[in-house]
This record gives sequence, C-alpha cells and structure tokens, in this order.
Amino acid sequence: MSGHSSYEFKNPVARWVDSRLPILTMIRAQGMEFPTPKNLNYWWTFGGILAVMMVIQIITGIVLVMHFTPEASMAFNSTEFIMRDVNYGWLLRYMHANGASMFFLAVYIHIFRGMYYGSHKAPREILWMLGVIILLVMMATSFMGYVLPWGQMSFWAAKVITNLFSAVPFFGETIVTWLWGGFSVDNATLQRFFSLHYLLPFVLVGLVVLHIWALHVPGNNNPTGVEVKSGQDTVAFHPYYTMKDLFAIVAFLVFYAAFVFFQPNLLGEPINYVPADPLVTPPHIVPEWYFLPYYAILRAIPDKLLGVIAMFASILILLALPWLDTSKVRSGTYRPIFRQFFWLLVLDSIVLGIVGANPPEGTWIIVGRIATFWYFAHFLIILPLVGLLETPRPLPSSISDAVLSKKKSQPQAAPGE
Amino acid sequence: MKLIGKTLSVLAVAALLAATPAFAAEDGRREARDIDFSFEGPFGTFDRAQLQRGYQVYAEVCASCHALRFLKFRNLGEPGGPEFSAAEIKAIAASFDVRDGPNSDGEMFQRSGIPSDAFVSPYPNDQAARAAFGGALPPDLSLITKARKGWEGTLASLYTAKMFKGSGGPEYIYSLLAGYQDPPADMPAGPEGAAYNPYFEAGPWIAMPPPLSDDGVTYGDGTKASVDQMARDVAAFLAWTAEPKMEARKRLGFQVLIYLAVLTVLLYLTKKAIWARIDH
Repeated sequence: MSGHSSYEFKNPVARWVDSRLPILTMIRAQGMEFPTPKNLNYWWTFGGILAVMMVIQIITGIVLVMHFTPEASMAFNSTEFIMRDVNYGWLLRYMHANGASMFFLAVYIHIFRGMYYGSHKAPREILWMLGVIILLVMMATSFMGYVLPWGQMSFWAAKVITNLFSAVPFFGETIVTWLWGGFSVDNATLQRFFSLHYLLPFVLVGLVVLHIWALHVPGNNNPTGVEVKSGQDTVAFHPYYTMKDLFAIVAFLVFYAAFVFFQPNLLGEPINYVPADPLVTPPHIVPEWYFLPYYAILRAIPDKLLGVIAMFASILILLALPWLDTSKVRSGTYRPIFRQFFWLLVLDSIVLGIVGANPPEGTWIIVGRIATFWYFAHFLIILPLVGLLETPRPLPSSISDAVLSKKKSQPQAAPGE
Repeated sequence: MKLIGKTLSVLAVAALLAATPAFAAEDGRREARDIDFSFEGPFGTFDRAQLQRGYQVYAEVCASCHALRFLKFRNLGEPGGPEFSAAEIKAIAASFDVRDGPNSDGEMFQRSGIPSDAFVSPYPNDQAARAAFGGALPPDLSLITKARKGWEGTLASLYTAKMFKGSGGPEYIYSLLAGYQDPPADMPAGPEGAAYNPYFEAGPWIAMPPPLSDDGVTYGDGTKASVDQMARDVAAFLAWTAEPKMEARKRLGFQVLIYLAVLTVLLYLTKKAIWARIDH
C-alpha cells in the first residue's frame, strides 16, 4: 500500500493550495493512484454504493428538515405538507425513506462479503470493528428517523423498543423515563429523536472516514484472500475502479429508482399513514424489514432481559468475529466447508427476517428459536471448529498468478478481454 | 456436505411455506377483491371523469361524516387530479362555511370558503365525531388508500404479489363499500347496530351502515350509479387524495429510469474498454 504521491501539480493555484493543505495530493494518492488488487469482483462495489447512499440520505434529509416540524401535534401534518405542497417534496420523502432501505440492503451485502472473503481477519480487525459500529449507528439513526413522521407505527415501535430498556435490572424504569423525557412516549421523545437523528449521520461520516483510513493502511482484501505481493497484483484505483464503481453505483440507482418512482410504499407499513394514537394499539407491531431478524431474535427468548441481551449480542458478536473465525485461510473461495456454513448463515438470516415479520404464534415460535440458536451456533461453535478442522484448498501463490491461471482456463476469451 | 446443505435449505423453505396460513377466514373476514383501476401499473393514470364522479360520491355521501383535512379545494383543479375548472372549484369552496379569524374585534367568524382553504371537517374534533356515532370514529379519508391494505403478502408467493399489485388500499376501499351482505346463517350476532361486512379489516362487524345504494347519486355525465360503480369511482378518487402526485411521479420515474439505464450501459462499455488494457 502506498500513501504518498510524488505528483507535481502543474497549475500554480493547485500548487499554492496544496503546499499549504495537501488535500489535492491526498486525493490523488488515496483516490486515484491507490494500488488496488486487480481481481476485485462486483461484491467490492458496495462500499462505493454505500458512500453514495449516505450522501443521498444526508442531502435529502437536510432539505426535508427545512419543511418538517418535529413537534407531536405538527409532525404528521408537516410530513403531508411535504408530500403535497413542497415542490418535489414527495420525491424527497420517498427518496429518503426508500434510501434508508437501500442503505441497509447494501450494508448487509457489504458485511456478508466481508464475512465470506475473510476481510475481517488480521490486519483488518479494526476496519471490521469500525464497520460493526457503523452498523449500530445506522440502526440507531434509522430507528429514530422512522419515529419522526409520528404515524401509528412510528409511535408504537418507539414505545416497544424504548420499553426494552426497562429490562435493565434496578435502573431499567429510570433509564426509560430518562430516554422518554417523560412518563410515556410523547413530544419530548419525538423532539430528542429528531435532534439525534440529525446528529448521528455526521457521526457516521466521521466513522466512514476512519473506516476508509483503516482500509488504506493494509489496502483492500481481494477474492483470493492472498495479500498483494508486487505491483503485478494491483492497478491504480483510477480509472479502473473509479469507473467500475461508478457503473455499479448507477446500476444500483436504477434499482433504487424503481422503488422510489413505482412502488414507494412497498417496503413500508400502511398503518404508518394513520396519525399516532396513544390509545389505539395496532394489531401487529413490526419494525422496518431491515430490523426483522433482530426482532425475531428478541422475541425468540421468552425472558425480557435475556431477549434484549440476545438481540444486542447478535450484533456485538460480530465484533469478536476476527477471533472466532480460527482459519488461517482468509477467503471462502478456498474453504469448501466454511462456504456451505456461510450460505446456511445467509439462509438463516433470511428465515429470521421472515419470522420477525410474522406474529410470534404457533410454528413461528419454533422456527424462530431454531433460527436464533443456529445464528449464535454459527459464530460460537461452527466458525471456531471449522477453522481448526477444515482442510482448505491450495491457495494461489499470488493475485496475478490467480488471474493468469483463470485466463488459461478460458481459452475462448478474446485477446485483451 | 453439499447434499446436507441443499437438503436443509429445501426442508427449511418447505417448512416455512407450509407454515404460512392462507388468509384466516375463521371470523368470516376476507381479503379485498382485486379489481382493475386505470392508475395501476407503471404507466397507469387517473381517469379524470372517474375522479370527478368519485368526488361527487364523496361530497354527497361521505362528507357528512368523513373529513378530508389534508386536501385543499384548489387541489381539485391541479393537474393529475379531477381537474375541475376554476369556476367549479370556486363554487365548491363557496358552498362550505370556513371558520376564520380572529378579526380586528378579536372574534372568530364564519365566511364562505375560497380555493386556498382546506376541506372543512364535518366535526370540530375526534371526540365530537365519536360522540355523534356512539364511540365509533369515521376516519379522515385523505390518506385512507395508503393507510389500508387489501391483502397480506404470502410467503408462498415470496411476497412478490405486492410488487405488482401493490398493497391493495384502493381495492380495500372498493371491496368494503361494495361488500355489505347478509351474514352467513351460522355467524353469531354482532354488536348492536353494527352491519356485517367481511371486507372490514377489524371486522366482520362494522359500525358504518352501508353508505351506498343504487342510484343514490345522480352522475352528471349520465353513468349509471350502481353501488359497484360508485364504489369504484370513490375508491379511485380516494386513491388520488392519498397520492395527488402519482402521475407526476410515474412520468418523472419513466424519464429517470431511461436516463439511468442509458447511463448504466455507457458506463459499462467505458469500464470494459478501460479494463481491456490489462489481464484481469
């Protein structure tokens, strides 16, 4: 990895600025000349996609706040004012709501990519842990954002989730009253959620800067998991990955736009278009789809405190992943046993999501408990054992060897393809 | 190992599919009937005449109990909606008494409505409405088609039905209004004064008596005002009140998607051309 550029700017203004604050040199070194493994596949484009989604959320969010009133008697009305009377307000609102879903879809793909290719292993442990913290901040941000329109689901989801903190021994009720700003979810809650919802995205920007900084120390992982050995293994980030990422980003935007313009309410709950009523409980209280697996884990455990602990543990356990996965081999490409358990985890996560969407009755309870057990078993039992017992396939000696041998096995490939 | 993995996956999915119940009908409730509306699909638009008829049904039948507080009179003339003329809107607005003030004496007063006013609610607040209907509250209809669903997605269909049919809010309203019927013989009696309607989400007993009857409204364009027709028209009108920007949204969406699709292709070709320089 290289952090320094020897580039001399020709433009005198550029040289003047850069000699006082080397930001231009930094952009060149980190964003253009940065040596990147040449074998990255499309699963590596999701980092760029996430950065774009974060910017979209911040911009749409800031403009929405120019028209939104975060007070209990006016929040719902101001949201409708945005939808009906603000020029393109409907577009801002739908982009922001669906943008959150796209942000989570991309982040889950990004995380699973990291798990599969061992991007969490040494020396990238802190990079991975920063990622887990980013996920936690994203979850807090989107939870509070969902409360702001003050619909029925906004209110009742706030009530359910904030009530979980009453499970804390001795201090539980006090904590909840402190969080609420009163003795129930009410205006004080809404206003402080608004404040924090505006704040946390900028905390997120800082964490993302640290995340990219931590990445640029060792450089990117790659699908073989074999570290960069020489310049043969890498290409300059620009134009190879700037253009590949840009292509992937715009393709993702097509998917995003399909939701925003043609099915903007598909991922939401209709009951959130009913103004919040503390006296009327909705028949089914469900969070947004990206929280469903955690909701399933929470409800799988019959005890309130243990359920809350299990729910938080399901994310915090990711922090320990670099040490739970004992394999010396990084990439799942060369780990035939691990690979199958990885896909089982993906399936298990989807099953947890489906369980979370359904009322905790009958068969759903059993399925939810099995899926919760499997989730923790994967991290605590399977990963440590598989790493120790598995016989990995032989690794390529270098990235460029892997690329060349792939070319040899594709004799029909057009020259220079 | 692969076989175990595949078998487990198949078993898991099969178990889940089997576990999903079809929409429970023990208490007589039913999913909405899936009828066609002109505004369905990526190219769907509202039928102006239908929206005007639907407004007439709202104004003559529903407005005595149900508010429409997020709508302004001027919305009736904006593009993408019923598109009444300016004169018609002035007349509609003027037929309402709007509370305004305080005047320079410090008093609130009543005046005729003007296009910039919001629709006047039949009751000053929810409690007054509940008092008039024995505790039941007629919901505001501005967002009703987005606030209700006609059907649950089913796991068996991998929830894809909702992608193409939507959540069924307008279909719910239609089914509810056209769905009043005699209860089956084995159905135990419902609450005093309630009517039987299997399409009501909190049903099958609903506090609202059947609001529509054949020829209850005389349509200006001569269309036969059957219950089915009025239910369709008012459901379409309410779909518009919930989403007045739908046509603009789809039109812009079409342009955006074309633009992004072309850009995607161009970027892909650029990426290929750049990467062609090296072994990869």
